[in-house]
Amino acid sequence: MSKFKKKANTKQDIPTSALPDIIFMLLFFFMVTTVLREVTINVKQRIPDATQLRKLQRKSLVSYLYIGEPKKTDQWGSEPRVQANDVFIEPSDVILWVTTEKDKLNEVERDQITIAMKVDREAKRGLVADVELELRKANARKLLYTTLQEMEE
Amino acid sequence: MARNKGRDNPEINSSSMADIAFLLLIFFLVTTTIANDRGLSLQLPPNPEDIENIDIKIPERNLFKIQINSADRLLVEGEPFEQDVTEIKDFVLNNGRDPESSDSPKDAIVSLKTDRGTSQERYIEVLDEIQGAYYDMYAARIGVTNKEWRDIASDLTDPENRRLYDEGRGLKDGKLEYPMNLSIAEPSKTGGG
Repeated sequence: MSKFKKKANTKQDIPTSALPDIIFMLLFFFMVTTVLREVTINVKQRIPDATQLRKLQRKSLVSYLYIGEPKKTDQWGSEPRVQANDVFIEPSDVILWVTTEKDKLNEVERDQITIAMKVDREAKRGLVADVELELRKANARKLLYTTLQEMEE
Repeated sequence: MARNKGRDNPEINSSSMADIAFLLLIFFLVTTTIANDRGLSLQLPPNPEDIENIDIKIPERNLFKIQINSADRLLVEGEPFEQDVTEIKDFVLNNGRDPESSDSPKDAIVSLKTDRGTSQERYIEVLDEIQGAYYDMYAARIGVTNKEWRDIASDLTDPENRRLYDEGRGLKDGKLEYPMNLSIAEPSKTGGG
């Protein structure tokens, strides 16, 4: 037994002086990679997967539409709805919404407005197509279906 | 100016720095979402009221028809289909060899028709497949991978990317040799929704 019972000479405590630096590093990482939530999303968002994703270049030109079943079904029913900013809108209100979104941009960039649609995977094509038709009428024809990256096998 | 030289201990106690940083870190973790600005991009056709209503006859051979019904079942070129759509590339690059398939990439049109009751998930899946087939073709033409092609297409402000992008799509005298002719028809109303 005495063979193994050696006296430990090494120091046992881990130096913690670098801990604040590590935490700060993590903090900066999260500060840089994240954006503050702008709207409260009131619809279910189970975003579908896809493989052929493209990245958006200019975030300032993007406006978001959320489509899906309302989270509060007792209040809003279970039919998928369209949410813009913080309120539910009807597809017929989309033109008006696009106009206000375009007004926020510079005059030269108004034609380049991109609509990112975050559509729940259970939402039906009928509603989405209605919105697309209104977008065509409002001349906001750059569209992006937000999807997640599908894992490759 | 009274100066107090040699005062003891001019250092600030920094032992609580880690706690402060932790607090900030947790605050940012809770209040933020990671930005997700990636997805399938699509250019919508112009306002239907502005398009002149001309009946253009497109030969059957130049159309690749994909239909999805309200039960998310696929009908590809009139045949029920269970797996993924894989024949698009053969169809577009046919160049008149097979009399049943397209004349040239320029004339080839992929037509996607859904029902009002089709789920967005299925629609995205098929759209992904079609766009993937075209991106594969473009990428192969300039000798890059599909992923590199999408990176190039996402950033056209760089002149080199712009050049590669036009080369991949075969831009010649202001017209594309390999345009992505994707026609998404208005959904049919049979399935409700």
